[in-house]
Amino acid sequence: MASLDDLKKRISSVKSTQKITKAMKMVAAAKLRRAQESAEKGRPYSDKMNNIILNLSNGISDIGNAPKLLSGTGEDKVHLCVVMTSDRGLCGGFNTNIIKKAKLYFQKILDEGKTLKIITVGTKGYDQLKRLYGDNIIERMSFKESKSINYFDADKVGKIVIEKFEKKEFDVCAIFYNQFKNVITQIPQEQQIIPLKTSEKDENSSEDNYEFEPEEDEILSNLLPKNISTQIFKAMLENSASEQGSRMSAMDNATRNAGEMVDKLTIEYNRSRQAAITKELIEIISGAESL
Amino acid sequence: MSEEYSVEIVNPEKSFLSKNDVIEVVVPAFEGEIGILKDHISIISFLKPGIIKIFSKSGEESFYVNDGIIEFKDNNLSILTSLILNLKDIDKEKISEIKKSAEEELNKSDINDQEKYLLDQKLEVLKLIN
Repeated sequence: MASLDDLKKRISSVKSTQKITKAMKMVAAAKLRRAQESAEKGRPYSDKMNNIILNLSNGISDIGNAPKLLSGTGEDKVHLCVVMTSDRGLCGGFNTNIIKKAKLYFQKILDEGKTLKIITVGTKGYDQLKRLYGDNIIERMSFKESKSINYFDADKVGKIVIEKFEKKEFDVCAIFYNQFKNVITQIPQEQQIIPLKTSEKDENSSEDNYEFEPEEDEILSNLLPKNISTQIFKAMLENSASEQGSRMSAMDNATRNAGEMVDKLTIEYNRSRQAAITKELIEIISGAESL
Repeated sequence: MSEEYSVEIVNPEKSFLSKNDVIEVVVPAFEGEIGILKDHISIISFLKPGIIKIFSKSGEESFYVNDGIIEFKDNNLSILTSLILNLKDIDKEKISEIKKSAEEELNKSDINDQEKYLLDQKLEVLKLIN
């Protein structure tokens, strides 16, 4: 059995770990509120953007002439995946869930004999993917320096994606991120951004007759790149809210586990202290008897 | 009959401004300025760098925008923009920062005519503000 001293040391070390996890939980909770707020504030922009694009694409009569970003290249050979993860660890299954989702997709692509290209956003994603898919990663980015999520970071990612699309380096682009549902639940998402999926057509909106200035296709070709940045930005916002939520619940669990451990160790400590006292007493009594 | 309609300006971070006592909005559309009054036909257009002027019951406001897209429908005007600044409390430093990056961009050799045009516009407007 461990000596009293060892037990004491363990208890104090678990206690200080508990302090850290508790503090991290508090910080995550504060950050979560902010992240959630900005995720909610960001929604009108992307919703409106989506609406306008829907209206525009409904207005386009000739699909053949539609911008490539909308209709795709007509091929399905090279897939580009943008995997968005966090820069910091200790956030439970947050990163692993995204990676798991992404790996499933990767496997499907590779099994079908298509080419796979990966862009990782956030260092943790790169760390987890480099062993298996190191050769497929063509770009890695991280916005560790940015204090908060901002549109210009998202725009940087968007510009890279568009640049690569214009160079015909890929046919289909999908992004992976965690959608924030609530503090306990985050849903890993796979969203195709190129070609744009317009499955969610609204029946009412198709009847509107808009005046366009300049022409529809010119507006569309200007708007679509922006939409990609917007989608990425939305994903980043959702991701950051999810990260904080995930970290909060992970740290909450860790704090609770540490508490249980301290309780257990304290009981063990008390027992062995009791045992030592009893042993000493027995020694004294038996010593006195032998006299 | 009332002559007012509502306008909402959103940027990626948040809903920037929302008003429902607007009489006229003048926006710098790509092919020239457009003034929008109540019961305008539904329109979608995108913006070049310039000044948005909003005339409402409560007064007149002006904003600088970098780019954007507008949608007018059922007397609701939505303006989506990535960068918007209120001219009232504008930051001189911020302006010169934007100006500098625009100038740098303009000096790059691989820009096309449209980009060049937009950048020229931007510089002109910024000069006006300063």
